[in-house]
Amino acid sequence: MSLRIVIAVLILASVVSAVGVVHARHRHRQLFVELSGLERARDELNIEFGRLQLEQATWAESNRIDQVARNRLGMKFPEAADIVVVRP
Amino acid sequence: MNRAPGFFKRLAGGKGKRESLKRDAGKSSKPRTRAQFNLRGRLQLVAGTLGLCSLALIGRAVDLQLIDNDFYRKQGDERFLREIEIPTTRGMITDRNGEPLAVSSPVESVWANPQELTKNPARLPELAKALGVPPDYLKRKVSQRATKEFMWLKRRINPAQSRKILAHNIPGVFSQREFRRFYPQGEAMAHILGFTDIDDHGQEGVELAFDEWLRGTAGAKKVIRDRRGRIVENVDLVRAAEPGKDLTLSIDRRIQYLTYRELKNALLESGASSGSAVVLDVATGEVLAMANLPSYNPNAVTGGNRDAHRNRAVTDLIEPGSTMKPLTVAAALEAGVITPQSRFNTAPGWMPNGRYRTTDTHNYGVLDTTGVITKSSNVGAAKIAQLLPNETFYSFVRKFGYGESTHSGFPGEAAGLFPAPARWSGTTKQTMSYGYGLSVTPLQIAHTYATLANHGRAIAPTFVKGQRNDAKDVLEPEIAQEVMRMMQTVTEKGGTAPQAAILGYHVAGKTGTARKASGGGYSRRYVAFFAGVVPVDKPRFAMSVVIQDPTIGSYFGGLVSAPVFKNVMEGALRLMDVPPDDIDTWLAAQAVAEAKRARVGGGAIAASVMPVEAMVPSPEAPQ
Repeated sequence: MSLRIVIAVLILASVVSAVGVVHARHRHRQLFVELSGLERARDELNIEFGRLQLEQATWAESNRIDQVARNRLGMKFPEAADIVVVRP
Repeated sequence: MNRAPGFFKRLAGGKGKRESLKRDAGKSSKPRTRAQFNLRGRLQLVAGTLGLCSLALIGRAVDLQLIDNDFYRKQGDERFLREIEIPTTRGMITDRNGEPLAVSSPVESVWANPQELTKNPARLPELAKALGVPPDYLKRKVSQRATKEFMWLKRRINPAQSRKILAHNIPGVFSQREFRRFYPQGEAMAHILGFTDIDDHGQEGVELAFDEWLRGTAGAKKVIRDRRGRIVENVDLVRAAEPGKDLTLSIDRRIQYLTYRELKNALLESGASSGSAVVLDVATGEVLAMANLPSYNPNAVTGGNRDAHRNRAVTDLIEPGSTMKPLTVAAALEAGVITPQSRFNTAPGWMPNGRYRTTDTHNYGVLDTTGVITKSSNVGAAKIAQLLPNETFYSFVRKFGYGESTHSGFPGEAAGLFPAPARWSGTTKQTMSYGYGLSVTPLQIAHTYATLANHGRAIAPTFVKGQRNDAKDVLEPEIAQEVMRMMQTVTEKGGTAPQAAILGYHVAGKTGTARKASGGGYSRRYVAFFAGVVPVDKPRFAMSVVIQDPTIGSYFGGLVSAPVFKNVMEGALRLMDVPPDDIDTWLAAQAVAEAKRARVGGGAIAASVMPVEAMVPSPEAPQ
């Protein structure tokens, strides 16, 4: 009698663990898909950030600033006569 | 169906024929007797054989599917499970203030499966048009690779362009993300940064030196793919992608640009063929700027014009000319053979050196040690060197790093040429004393001056911010200070380079004008040098300027190279907030200018204000 119970319990346990394995595997795939998605989103954002930095750096290129400041804005470096030296 | 009897007859083979022959024979001779045989036994035999066969089949099936199933599982997996690479970005290179100098940005590469393409030959012209290549060319390329599964169609194009190509929906055409390097500073930084090849491996400069650091490791993941190569499902992550690490250089973008611009202007004005300039931070050995001309556009590197790719400041060897003299003087001071007050008779402006002559541009008469530096007298330097034993002179200059690379870690750095005394001829020491007969790089010259400015402590130059190479004491601080004071007279009245003087700061420096060696002798082509340090009291920057082959106007270092030094240093001092160490001269100059203006303007104050006001409303006026 007790042997039968043991067998029944073992069968039940193996069925439960089999379902558990299936579930874990399914969950793993789901999470992996989610992880890949998030990683992709992160990479996209990083890439976008890099692109924007590149764009900013291109606009801030020294030669361009030099030209714009001199030609468009009419800026110039103060000459000696325009500088007042203050004794510290 | 009507063929079946014949088929069976053939199957029955020769035995059936023989039996029928026998039967025919029996019919003619004896009465027919029925052959006795064990039907049950035969049936059992057949059934047993068939049973064994099916048992063997089942056994094999069990073996393949349950026991030894690895092989076919692997074969099956290979048909849809793929390990694919996860691309990763190369690290960013920034300047010391975090401004990006080299950035990886995504681009698309369009590829195709030639096997699929050949199935639809009618669409090839359409594809060729979308790619912008001649149809014949594409057809030839595809047919050459007809058995392959992969070929690039177009690499590294704008994502928008690739979307346009994919929009044609031609079977077998796909696109893949790759990364390309962009250099927003362009030419001004080209030599330091170098560039990468199409597979994103560093080829030159910092990109090559720090390739390992910048390069990420691509990850890998397992995916299930369908027949067309589309990813159906992500199965597992094999290896996470590790993006490349960022690198912060010691370069200051603003000083770098200033250096490049001033060098370019100087080259244009003097008609020179090439030039280099290096700015070092005296206290740390960091390279703040390093510019070379001619330069190239690192965003569109072509195979040609290799000459412009060279970072001349670390690879090109030149004879240092008069920039060597402070070292000769320092060697003699340290050896104790001269004092700052020693006097040398340089009349009549030349002296013999074996079969040759050492000559000065003028006859300077009697000079003291400082005067030899101030006037840059070759004869004076030669006389000082005569007092020095060969070995002392050699080991002293060697300590300053001539004849070996500076260990900056820059790829292709040259060591220079500085032969040992055993290989000297009778005239070598004398010519070396004023900078001929040995070769150095512009970086080595800047390093030497930084060492003199850093109280005789040599720190190997570095391109990485925050990296401190070990300092080596190569000269006593008092002597270094003494030599600095001597070099200060060079930029003052009566020196060879008043053009290098900066209002408000004491500048120590040395000009140089060397004739270029060619074919065993010296040609009428020149190299114009200036090397200097500023400010003298608490030195911050050391800079060397080398301009080769000036053809327009003067070729003297004081006139060609010194203005570059002055303009760059003036800007750098302001950018780095270095307090002036010579404010009195500045105040005096201001007082003089004010007195002059007061005299010109007379009583009318308005007149002196007018010119300034007149400039304001015309911002478009060319400067």
